[in-house]
Amino acid sequence: MGRYTDNPQAVAALVRGREVHRDVYIDPEIHRLEMKHLFANAWVFVGHDSQTPNKGDYFTTQIGDQPVIMVRHSDNEIKVLYNRCPHKGTKIAIDRTGNTGKFFRCPYHAWSFKTDGCLLAIPLKKGYDGTGLEEAEGSKGMKAVGAVHNHRGFVFARLADEGISFEEFFGDSLSSLDNMVDRSPAGRLEVAGPPLRYMHQCNWKMLVENQTDTCHPMVAHESSAGTAVQIWKEMGYTEDDPKPPAMEIIAPFMSAYEFFEDMGIRTWPNGHGHTGVHHSIHSKYSEIPGYLDALTETYGAEKAEAILTENRHNTVYFPNIMIKGPIQQLRVFIPLAADKTLVESYIYRLVDAPDELLARTAMYNRMINAPTSIVGHDDLEMYERAQEGLHSDGLEWVNVQRLYEEDEDFDEERVENGTTERQMRNQFNAWVKFMTASMQGKEAAE
Amino acid sequence: MSITRDDLIDFVYDEARMLDEGRFDEWLELWLEDGHYWMPLDWKQEDPLHVTSLMYEDMFMLRLRVQRLTGARTFSQKPKSRCHHVLNRPFVDEMDHEAGRFVTNTNMHYVETRLDDQFLLALTAVHELRLVEGHLRIANKRVDLLNCDAAFGNIQLLP
Ligand code: FES
Ligand SMILES: [Fe+2]
Repeated sequence: MGRYTDNPQAVAALVRGREVHRDVYIDPEIHRLEMKHLFANAWVFVGHDSQTPNKGDYFTTQIGDQPVIMVRHSDNEIKVLYNRCPHKGTKIAIDRTGNTGKFFRCPYHAWSFKTDGCLLAIPLKKGYDGTGLEEAEGSKGMKAVGAVHNHRGFVFARLADEGISFEEFFGDSLSSLDNMVDRSPAGRLEVAGPPLRYMHQCNWKMLVENQTDTCHPMVAHESSAGTAVQIWKEMGYTEDDPKPPAMEIIAPFMSAYEFFEDMGIRTWPNGHGHTGVHHSIHSKYSEIPGYLDALTETYGAEKAEAILTENRHNTVYFPNIMIKGPIQQLRVFIPLAADKTLVESYIYRLVDAPDELLARTAMYNRMINAPTSIVGHDDLEMYERAQEGLHSDGLEWVNVQRLYEEDEDFDEERVENGTTERQMRNQFNAWVKFMTASMQGKEAAE
Repeated sequence: MSITRDDLIDFVYDEARMLDEGRFDEWLELWLEDGHYWMPLDWKQEDPLHVTSLMYEDMFMLRLRVQRLTGARTFSQKPKSRCHHVLNRPFVDEMDHEAGRFVTNTNMHYVETRLDDQFLLALTAVHELRLVEGHLRIANKRVDLLNCDAAFGNIQLLP
């Protein structure tokens, strides 16, 4: 036990409107409390149901620091189970994906479980006769998480048995996910290949904040995007010439502050928000032949048009994912330690859309978010420098006050200037809420 | 002129030396204009376009990558990285003198370092080479990392 355990006042005091205390990024005790409270109380992304298309298909991942298995049960529903044998703790599956057939079988002593976790059989079971096995914790089988919700293929889970409902947690923010799915003429996405996996020696929240940090691209990415624009000019082209896909993707990173100010930022309750309300770096991608026709066939001209004019840039779903609707990309920021985060970047195929869209999506993923990406290199450099810099005792607070207003109410949806740090403040408001919701002494604090 | 196995093997060694010595402009000159440098993300990946790769770069992207390394505001390269290739003797898998097309397959250990960090990658590089106007040029290069599906930090130079 340290300063913050069962001390909701001390946790809440780390966030004071315009500033947050460095301990939220560097303190191992805060990290443990995030795993125990925040990642248990919030709805956390697990996976996409196309990763487990057939009965018995599973996918292993983690929610906070909890290893889980997402599996398609015999009734076709997606279940999320703790990846731990109820006998002696052995992880049931360690490959990232696989098919387990009708049941899981633990490789240590062959206890077996249905794909909803229920205990199926124990070898030499008579050894437990008269020992009171039915009262043992382990006799129930593999434990399921508190709640699971599949929203149009995207599977989220809440570890805690009780807590906020899926609908209340996400509210209108689901419009971004919906737009991404609606972009498929079939209204369906399919995961395309394995994700990029990129290790960051920094706190996971730095990555989440960066998703709506619109004042960094033209600075941190000048060496990649700026150089691209310069080479383009040296080749004799102008701004207005049609660009190859790589240039369409990278050039907008160099847009002026004004472009980012005008794009707007929207915040929703519970820490969700997005950049690119009016336009974004994805607005000017060239049309792909046949795509609009396919969408129009499904939705009619008006709705097809509306789907494509929505060009939201990054949507943050608190606590730890970001999606890009126009690109069909989802990035998960998996916290491994206060100073260690694994970033997995997935892409999805729009079912029934031309393959050129997926080619652009895959290009975006590798160009911007790979460990080999000349854009990603400078982002990681900034996070890791910040993680080290925060250990300086000269100052203790991190500033998040750009376009701050007195008495900000994060329970209301708002659209603001695209360079506001309101979304970062919104995340920290939700951070306090879900960190302290299940802490001892919470009532006393209120 | 007729290309020998030694010519091919020397070419692969020379290319690695250029990268290790940071002679990137010279390295770019080795490439044919429509070539691609491909580093798959998945083991035995077949499709470079419709699933993610670590790299699948044409000459525009490779030039950009090289030019960025010399920029004044290339923060992740202040200070600069250094790299080192250790090569097995390349296998010569194809020698088509008539078409002027040659394929080599080379196992390498690649070390990259910056500040106090250093990491090692084991990889197989497949070079598709062409004889153009008496010179061997790179038509395509595929680099398969042995641990392509692992989580990496920054890989900043060219394995
Ligand atoms: S640990 Fe799983 S069956 Fe014994
Ligand atoms: Fe960035």
